[in-house]
Amino acid sequence: MSSAHSVAVTVNGRRHERQVEPRLLLSDFLRHDLGLTGTHVGCEHGVCGACTVLLDGEPVRSCLLLAVQADGRDIGTVEGLASGPGDLHPLQQAFWEAHGLQCGFCTPGFLMTLVPFLAQNPDPSEDEIRRAISGNLCRCTGYQHIVDAVKLAARKLAAQPRE
Amino acid sequence: MKPAAFEYAAPGSLPEALEALARGGADAKVLAGGQSLIPMLNFRLARPALLVDLNRLAELDFVRSGEDGGLRLGAMVRQRRLERDPQIAALAPLLAEAVPAIAHPQIRNRGTLGGSLAHADPAAELPAVAVALRARLRLRRAAGERWVEAESFFPGLFATALEPDEILVEVALPPPPPRAGWCFAEVARRPGDYAQVGLAAMVALDEDGRCREARLVYLSVGQAPVQASGAAALLRGETPAPRAIAAAAEAAADEIEPAGDIHASAGFKRHLARVLAERSLTKAAARARGERDAS
Repeated sequence: MSSAHSVAVTVNGRRHERQVEPRLLLSDFLRHDLGLTGTHVGCEHGVCGACTVLLDGEPVRSCLLLAVQADGRDIGTVEGLASGPGDLHPLQQAFWEAHGLQCGFCTPGFLMTLVPFLAQNPDPSEDEIRRAISGNLCRCTGYQHIVDAVKLAARKLAAQPRE
Repeated sequence: MKPAAFEYAAPGSLPEALEALARGGADAKVLAGGQSLIPMLNFRLARPALLVDLNRLAELDFVRSGEDGGLRLGAMVRQRRLERDPQIAALAPLLAEAVPAIAHPQIRNRGTLGGSLAHADPAAELPAVAVALRARLRLRRAAGERWVEAESFFPGLFATALEPDEILVEVALPPPPPRAGWCFAEVARRPGDYAQVGLAAMVALDEDGRCREARLVYLSVGQAPVQASGAAALLRGETPAPRAIAAAAEAAADEIEPAGDIHASAGFKRHLARVLAERSLTKAAARARGERDAS
């Protein structure tokens, strides 16, 4: 057992403080310590992308970060996308409408990869979309419906008044 | 918990980091971007007693021009920044071209220049690029520092010239030679996968358009970055036309000694090495002549 370190993070706009062992991964911290189980854990060695979260707005793999490294940082998870219970973020809505998921296990990672991607590339080409999701594995859809969902989301977001 | 227990230090300055590392001795590990080390911790392939985290050292995150007209890069520069920095695109186009081939955007948001070099994975892009660019690496320890040429930094598989109490802090790239063209290319099963074979190539021309210098540095064909110096010598003094390039590519494939793996036999890797050399030298020579890339 190694010494505990204190971590203060903001997750989806809410501040949390905990004492953690340095070996605790950020993915496990989110799921077990904060109860935010929307971030999924697949391979736990940086291959599958299911655990992708936003670190200060940029997508990163939460299984390749220690919780202690997130001290003082801003984290975004899938729970923070929709504006409230029963609502969907336009990207989530597009995944639903275009059948961008079947079992849904990989979906939170795709969403958290794609939110900043669409903010930086509001009108992406199919090639750009496929490159953007190259770090996320999906074993159900064959990716085609995910690509369709991203195109649909881009149209939805373009039609939306800017906040 | 995935990793075994370790003590953790997140120093706020380089001297503190060097001191912590010296105290930790051979059981301490330096944590940079963590995109290779944390998977090794998760598998418990690495079980350091102490992790010295460099992520609070803003002093190691810089891109600036050197007095010699080259570039000075901090070891903690993220790969995402290497990919997007206009100064790097202008002064080290080979580096800018290679970085998008490193894994995926999520990885490049965390992965660092120095971390990839110090990890010394023979399938990684940055070690081969550092050798091709004739980079010099600055290694600091509590008591002093030394500079090591990239060519002698990678003695073998996952091995470097770093002593246990040293930290790679900076990478100096010399200015590009005049009339030089560059090319990075690799073949991977899917974008972002480890390359089956990759090549960092450079062709510099003299005033008559003949090859003054060529460099070919392969990744994924040996224990460390592999230079095809015979092929480079063959091209020297020649006009880099298709025939001379084909001969050099043939020589490059002959002189390397790749080992096969589950996805690519040694013979297939040799084939890829020849094809990549031919394509890359052609492109690098065209760029050296100032031609625009054919789309």
